[in-house]
Amino acid sequence: MSSNEMTAMTTSSGELLAENKVPFWRLRKAFANYVALIPYLAFALFPFYIIFITSLKSKQEINNLGESPFWATGIAVENFTYLATNTSFFEHWMVNTLIVTTVSTIISVTVGILAAYALARLKFRGVELFGVAVFITYLVPQTLLFLPLIDVVNAIDDYIPIRDTYWSLILTYPTFLIPFVTWLLMGYFRTIPVEVEECAYLDGCSRLGALFRVVLPMAIPGIICAILFSYTLSWNEFLYSLVFIQDEHAKTLSVGVFTELIRGDIYFWGSLMAACLLGTLPIVILYGFLMDYYTSGLTQGAIK
Amino acid sequence: MVTATEVGGAATSPPLTFRSRLRRSVGPDTDGYFFVLPTVIIVFCLIIYPFGLAVWYSVSNAFIGEETHFIGLENFQYIIFEDDIFMLTVRNTLLFAAISVVVKVVLGLLCAMLLLRILKLRRFLRGAMLLPFVAPTALTTLAWWLILDPTYSHINWLFEHAWPFSLFDMGPYNFLGEPTLALSSVIFVNIWRGLPFFIITILAGLVSIPDHLYEAADIDGASTMDKFWKITLPLLRPVLAVIILFSTIFTLADFNIVYVLTRGGPMNETHLFATYSFTAGVLNHEIGLGAAIALFLFPIMVLTVIFLLRLVRRDSEYEL
Repeated sequence: MSSNEMTAMTTSSGELLAENKVPFWRLRKAFANYVALIPYLAFALFPFYIIFITSLKSKQEINNLGESPFWATGIAVENFTYLATNTSFFEHWMVNTLIVTTVSTIISVTVGILAAYALARLKFRGVELFGVAVFITYLVPQTLLFLPLIDVVNAIDDYIPIRDTYWSLILTYPTFLIPFVTWLLMGYFRTIPVEVEECAYLDGCSRLGALFRVVLPMAIPGIICAILFSYTLSWNEFLYSLVFIQDEHAKTLSVGVFTELIRGDIYFWGSLMAACLLGTLPIVILYGFLMDYYTSGLTQGAIK
Repeated sequence: MVTATEVGGAATSPPLTFRSRLRRSVGPDTDGYFFVLPTVIIVFCLIIYPFGLAVWYSVSNAFIGEETHFIGLENFQYIIFEDDIFMLTVRNTLLFAAISVVVKVVLGLLCAMLLLRILKLRRFLRGAMLLPFVAPTALTTLAWWLILDPTYSHINWLFEHAWPFSLFDMGPYNFLGEPTLALSSVIFVNIWRGLPFFIITILAGLVSIPDHLYEAADIDGASTMDKFWKITLPLLRPVLAVIILFSTIFTLADFNIVYVLTRGGPMNETHLFATYSFTAGVLNHEIGLGAAIALFLFPIMVLTVIFLLRLVRRDSEYEL
């Protein structure tokens, strides 16, 4: 419809047609912009291509060093069947990662919503201090915390057995998720007009009622964004998982692939790359659908 | 919980009951404390308390399975004056952070400005460019390991077989086996991973610069370079300062890339604070030493934050 209208408009008036015609130099300039971006695009996507192509190669093909490593001659599924039959990839690592990311995301987003709401709206003594504290904890890297956290996990383990299980990760992942989620959602909550909430109070809503019935429905983009970020961050987490878990069956994807698939000096690159492909794919697919939320969160989290 | 009548009644002057006195001293929304309580508990138990514990470790001889004693600043004395690897670590970390952040800023600006001029396919290109930042770092770094591996290296293969390179007698290089090359490789992969964050954030900053500034500059006959130095860069500076702050902190504390790619090797030449602390504290069981190494990161980070925050504050003088 709209394209028909467009053509009708342009053909009906000669002036418009002349205006819409892009001069050649401008086309060339636009084309140059695309060409200039190609090197970076190739650079950014190169490892993904290597992961994909190597995962399809048989062992002989990978070890034939005279052949071009950039192309696969056939499609071999042996790497994927190796993952399924000889490792805990699907059975444990994938399942563990799913459980840990889901549970720690639920915890972090719930706790983060409450804190962000208080920071954005409520007035009580110490709220500014709390905001600063959240920002500072957001910037405390895991590097400083992983050693003492081993002790914290061990101390809790005396009462509840969490050592060497994914529960230790569910406990520790919120430490880097909550500050980020709080910071992100605070920005979103501030964009929602206060008047809407005041109406809710006048209608007899309690504080929690106003939060859940009025504020949250209006902040859904922000919440999707927070969930997406928590999910990605915990899916990609490596250090805590490496430090807290030694049991092969309790490992998450990244750590399982890194510690169990690399043995000795002979690397099974085919199965390693197949594992990388399967470990990356869920996040890439998720992000493919929700990219706009992701970019808005990225810029919000950084700029606000 | 505060009900609607209490919120409405807050405006009229109340008699001095306990609740109103509380409200006057603490603020109108006392229930706010319940909202932040879960966060406070988690932050206290899993961030502040462990941080204190790390400080305690660093002044003790904590070793797995042995009793811990206070030993003062011995750990720090050891790493500063006797430990050669630690000095290398400090050098590596500063080089690593400085080079990769500078390259990321320059390339990020370049790519973002190119992307800004592109209208068709912008969404697709932006998405493709963001992939390195979204994908699990440990796994994509494994791919870089394959690409840089001495035997299987794709780059060495190109040097040997592909046309323009095969004319010269280049390589094969042992990218991860030579100290300088290994450190460069690690920096390279870090740039690969972190650049998308810069591109996307700078692009968002560029979009928010109003067009009329450029139009006014055009009328005044400003050149493209003038417009970049006098309009784009000054207006981007707050955004740049913030992303440089974030990126510097996370680059200084980076663990995944170095640990997966080189594990600090060859001969402990590519350690960063995180990997060296991990090696000392977890692999060698010297928790006290590991904590002291990690804590050294803290003053460096605080100085960076103060420096960059002052940069941001000075920028508030600019007005649109």
